[in-house]
Amino acid sequence: MTAITTTELAANRRDIRPGRIIVWSLLFIGGLIMITPLLYMFSTSLKTSAQVYDLRLVPAAPTLDNYIKVLGDGRFMQWFFNSTFIALTVTASNVFFDSLVGYTLAKFQFRGRYFIFLAILSTLMIPTEMLVIPWYLMSSQLGWLNSYWGIMFPGMMTAFGTFLMKQFFEGVPNDFLEAARVDGLNEFTIWWKIAMPMVVPAISALAIFTFLGNWTAFFWPLIVTTSKELYTLPVGISSFSAESSIQWELIMTGAAIGTIPTLLVFLLLQRYIVRGVMLAGLKG
Amino acid sequence: MAKIELQGLVKEYGKTRAVHGIDLTIEDGEFVVFVGPSGCGKSTTLRMIAGLEDISGGKLLIGDEVVNQRAPKQRNIAMVFQNYAIYPHMTVGQNIGFGLYTSKLSKAEKQQRIAETGKILGLEKLLDRRPAALSGGQRQRVAIGRAMVRDPVAFLFDEPLSNLDAQLRSQMRMEIKSLHRRLGTTIVYVTHDQVEAMTMADKIVVMRDGDILQVGTPTDLYENPVDVFTARFIGSPSMNMVEGQVAGGVLTVEGVQISGLTLPPHQGKALIGIRPHDLIVAEGTGGAGLSGSGMVEAVEPLGSETLVHLRLGNNLVIATAPGRVVPAIGSTVSVQAEPGSLYLFDAASEKALGHA
Ligand SMILES: Nc1ncnc2c1ncn2[C@@H]1O[C@H](COP(=O)(O)OP(=O)(O)O)[C@@H](O)[C@H]1O
Ligand SMILES: [Mg+2]
Repeated sequence: MTAITTTELAANRRDIRPGRIIVWSLLFIGGLIMITPLLYMFSTSLKTSAQVYDLRLVPAAPTLDNYIKVLGDGRFMQWFFNSTFIALTVTASNVFFDSLVGYTLAKFQFRGRYFIFLAILSTLMIPTEMLVIPWYLMSSQLGWLNSYWGIMFPGMMTAFGTFLMKQFFEGVPNDFLEAARVDGLNEFTIWWKIAMPMVVPAISALAIFTFLGNWTAFFWPLIVTTSKELYTLPVGISSFSAESSIQWELIMTGAAIGTIPTLLVFLLLQRYIVRGVMLAGLKG
Repeated sequence: MAKIELQGLVKEYGKTRAVHGIDLTIEDGEFVVFVGPSGCGKSTTLRMIAGLEDISGGKLLIGDEVVNQRAPKQRNIAMVFQNYAIYPHMTVGQNIGFGLYTSKLSKAEKQQRIAETGKILGLEKLLDRRPAALSGGQRQRVAIGRAMVRDPVAFLFDEPLSNLDAQLRSQMRMEIKSLHRRLGTTIVYVTHDQVEAMTMADKIVVMRDGDILQVGTPTDLYENPVDVFTARFIGSPSMNMVEGQVAGGVLTVEGVQISGLTLPPHQGKALIGIRPHDLIVAEGTGGAGLSGSGMVEAVEPLGSETLVHLRLGNNLVIATAPGRVVPAIGSTVSVQAEPGSLYLFDAASEKALGHA
């Protein structure tokens, strides 16, 4: 698979046919469309409120005042912390539980295994919009509104993550697990010490997607929280606009700061993300 | 160390029976090889001994105790797998040390055991390497090291050499054999390769379709196979089989001359087995035993000898000629087998009748 792609790439570099030029142009335009809002976000964050509607990309008089203001605002730091805490906790939880369930479904024969797998898969077909009301009612009756747990519980395990991990664990040869079994390890240790290290690419993909997804989560946190201390960053930033007038420069500054972890994850783990997407696609 | 006993051991996968109730005693310190064609239930039997597969019927005893219900770790048995199953994320030393995962030894004692094991297997310089940087033979040794390090009652090997090239395979055969001599631990070894069985085993167990056909020393099996299957399975190249007829104490085979044989009691159709090494390319026909001549269809010069494929009556057989004699294809050669070197089998049941 990899061998084929690399040789194809090498071949592509050599023959530049008209078809290729069209493809590259389209990709370039697509890239431009995607990067423009990002550039405007950074640009606006460097403008004063008076300059916001001056649509030049490079601000006339760039200033860091907005950053000082936003970072100096205790609420912002609280939201940043909330988002970090929630995204990390949910990611850790998914890595642990999705893998554990995926492993069990992949490597143990037991009655009802197929049914459980189908049941998990079928939840993929239910859109979040349909689930929000039951989640809300459940949270309200169990007293989970306005709590970290209330924000996190729907995402602590995901069907997709379980499915992804199951597919990967199926690729781990049984011999490895049986060798460990003969060596006297218990089943949990076999999973943790032997099986998990063998699916590190899948774990990194799952962790990256889960972290990014939760870092930018907006809809459910907005619904389940009313107290500002519990807002996640996206909810908090959007609340800037609910105040007397829409302060675009502050919203953009908050968004810019909020984007930094996402960009870092992308830049540092690019390799894993591409591989993760590829593997998830191939395996699925 | 302990004796391992299989009493009417059965394995069923749903409705299909993979192992049909087999009986076997493996003495302490013995090197036992299970051999048979692919799918005959060798691995299943081994895995039942290891505790990796539930036992559907019968009893498994290790050292006079029934262990049917014991988990693998409680049986203190070590196993080496076909693909070695050494962990890619650990160094060679860590892999070997993994065999001691549950042991109560101190860290220093464990280190010492790992070092000793590494030394015995010639891995002492590689202990810090990752498995990816090892050759096939070295990986195999790491897997053996992990099994050895904890001093089990028996080693189980499931086709451990089938991923190695021919030369390395014969080297590892000798290494495993001498390791057995040195450690004296019981070994149960599974293979589909009769050469491995013949060269390594104290005792060979021939299996087919979930049953044990014959148990014996390599010489036993070679000299006295119980049936056509074992006769053809053991020995390389395979035993020639030609059809014949016994009537009134006289054996006749189409296209060959037979004289001076002492036949086992039998009446009717028979299969006559002749090992290629007993069927010699000779000058002219005649003399006691079985003789005949036929056209050469293929030759395999091996240096020390030449295998000659020829048509004898209706049968294609393999005969042996001295190394420097390489008959031309299409030429006619005479072959001869001494009295006493023939094996007789009942044509219907394929059971052995005796030598002739
Ligand atoms: N997990 C399983 N489920 C169903 N049938 C199996 C299973 N494992 C092995 N078998 C069957 O049992 C028979 C013996 O298999 P095995 O012991 O692996 O043979 P081999 O002698 O080649 O090692 C085969 O017919 C195989 O198809
Ligand atoms: Mg097998």
